Amino acid sequence: MRAASRPIQRPIDAKLLVVDRRGRVSHRNRVDFVQALRPGDLVIANDAATLPASLCGRHLPTRRAIEVRLAGRDSLAPHSVHRFTAVLFGDGDFRTRTEDRPLPPVVTPGDRLRLGPLQATITDLLWNHPRLVRLEFEGSSREIWEGLAAHGRPIQYAHVPTAIAVWDTWTRIAGPPVAFEPPSAGFVIDWNALRLMTTRGIRFATLTHAAGISSTGDPQLDARLPFDEPYEIPSRTARLIASARDDGARIVAIGTTVVRALEHAATFPGSVRVGEGLANQRIGPHTRLRIVDAILSGTHEPGTSHYELLRAFVDGRTLGRMDRALVAHGYRTHEFGDSILVERRATGRTSVVQRIDDGANRGADGDPTEHANRPGDREAFGIVRAAETPAPHVAAPRADPCADEQAVPDRIPLAAPDHRL
Amino acid sequence: MTHDFTGLRAAITGGTSGLGLALVEELLARGARVAFVARTGPAVEQVSIDHPGAHGIVGDVSDVHQIHPIALQILGALGGLDVLVNNASSLGPVPLALLADTECEDLERALATNVLGPFRLTKALLGSLASSARQGRGAVVLNVSSDAAITPYPRWGAYGASKAALHHLSRIWNEELMADGVRVLSVDPGDMDTPMHAAAVPDADRSELKRPAAAARELADALAAAIQATAIAPATNEA
Repeated sequence: MRAASRPIQRPIDAKLLVVDRRGRVSHRNRVDFVQALRPGDLVIANDAATLPASLCGRHLPTRRAIEVRLAGRDSLAPHSVHRFTAVLFGDGDFRTRTEDRPLPPVVTPGDRLRLGPLQATITDLLWNHPRLVRLEFEGSSREIWEGLAAHGRPIQYAHVPTAIAVWDTWTRIAGPPVAFEPPSAGFVIDWNALRLMTTRGIRFATLTHAAGISSTGDPQLDARLPFDEPYEIPSRTARLIASARDDGARIVAIGTTVVRALEHAATFPGSVRVGEGLANQRIGPHTRLRIVDAILSGTHEPGTSHYELLRAFVDGRTLGRMDRALVAHGYRTHEFGDSILVERRATGRTSVVQRIDDGANRGADGDPTEHANRPGDREAFGIVRAAETPAPHVAAPRADPCADEQAVPDRIPLAAPDHRL
Repeated sequence: MTHDFTGLRAAITGGTSGLGLALVEELLARGARVAFVARTGPAVEQVSIDHPGAHGIVGDVSDVHQIHPIALQILGALGGLDVLVNNASSLGPVPLALLADTECEDLERALATNVLGPFRLTKALLGSLASSARQGRGAVVLNVSSDAAITPYPRWGAYGASKAALHHLSRIWNEELMADGVRVLSVDPGDMDTPMHAAAVPDADRSELKRPAAAARELADALAAAIQATAIAPATNEA
């Protein structure tokens, strides 16, 4: 797919590919996306505003240039802005592809960074990786917000060649500034769309999810994306979900972050916990969706974690058809690109047999060499392997909604356990 | 009767003098969490010191590039927003001038501060305000207007035209945002004893002017009524 290279949230010619519950593919103008929804649907979007999370500065021990991309936080609380997980980059900026960026200086705990008006100390190296750290800002939370506002720039990638501004990254409904990259599926929504939803009897609710970064340029780190992400579900949203469930109405998630939050907060049988949580699961072909019936999302390249998440909705054969249609019809990808609306396959509950089929389909469906060395591949195949040999507990309903996902190997919580809410 | 604003999250522009400062004090006294914006660092610092509960932000709402940094700090400080008071205003030419003697740049400044600034800041914060409305907390934008928005006072051309635009913007926005549960008020606080009034009418008899604190109380009551109205009838598309 071509990259969308201009930072326009709602291009007039944006396209929407629809995959219905029988796996049939159709195309629409995205401005008409509300027409692709059904009366009674409950649409849930992520109302997180995006932080200017890219901070350039100096690694004081070596005096070398460094770019810090904030990538995680334990909590959404406005005053807990001292400690972040961050990915480090060497000299340069977004104009160089992340995978081509020079390495950052070697850092050790205790090293200090000067990032414009902000000062920070590296407190930990995570996963023994030289580019993934915990850092702590100095000063009051007021000074930190002031510093971020004055010096931070939105995280961006080389496919958009001009520098974007914070307003390019805020959706129309953006509220709490807690995302590290925009929950870009929400670019589709404007106030007029909300009016149209009301007119059509479509209900609308929000949650807040701290969408993390989508690429680091390091295969080892990219394989672990998405990192842990805190989220918060308002009581009204939970109430609307419960009543939609009762009515047999569809729940349509705007974006992968909404799927991740709702499925993490899912309690048996099909309601969600109100309040804050830390989404630490990975969604893929093994995931049985408990809440979400359809997803409106950007277009995603095979091998990315966003793409893997779609496997929870449809089988590999359908995804293959979708991919071919996206290419054939010239869809654009990345955050300012075109969109897809994918409904969960009609079978609803995933049987063990079907999961094995999906795993097999994946190999048969696409050219395996096409995926080689793409970020996310290692983890993707790890999941397929896990799905091919399902443990008995996967099929059984569990009291702990994360039990399935926690069984996936290699998950190390980013946040210290005592910070989990 | 004084309405309790405990838990209310409010942002006020032009918060270091005159009506803005009086509003900071009034809303703090009623229990609200307050962020305020003003252009001069030392003044913001001083008001922050005098009012430890208030979160001071240095910024100029007439500058397009400062809107999102301001919005980011407001939301960072408060975690969300229930009330936005667009109070910061520019007179245009000082001393006041006949319209035909008004420099274009002075008119532009009045429009940037009194119309574009409130428009942009409200837009940047509308997601948060609508979210408050959806959660049943109520959500209100209060745009500080003037009788000069209605009456064509000679020598008040830049100010009057900009306030007229803001007044009409408020009324249309109020109609449009009804569906989202957000109220937009345009309120004329009256002639007050403020630095701005002194700049406009240097020889005014100050004893005849309203105290800013009295106007702030009236505005806070208007806010309370609007919050109550929106909180009782929250978002409509709950259908």
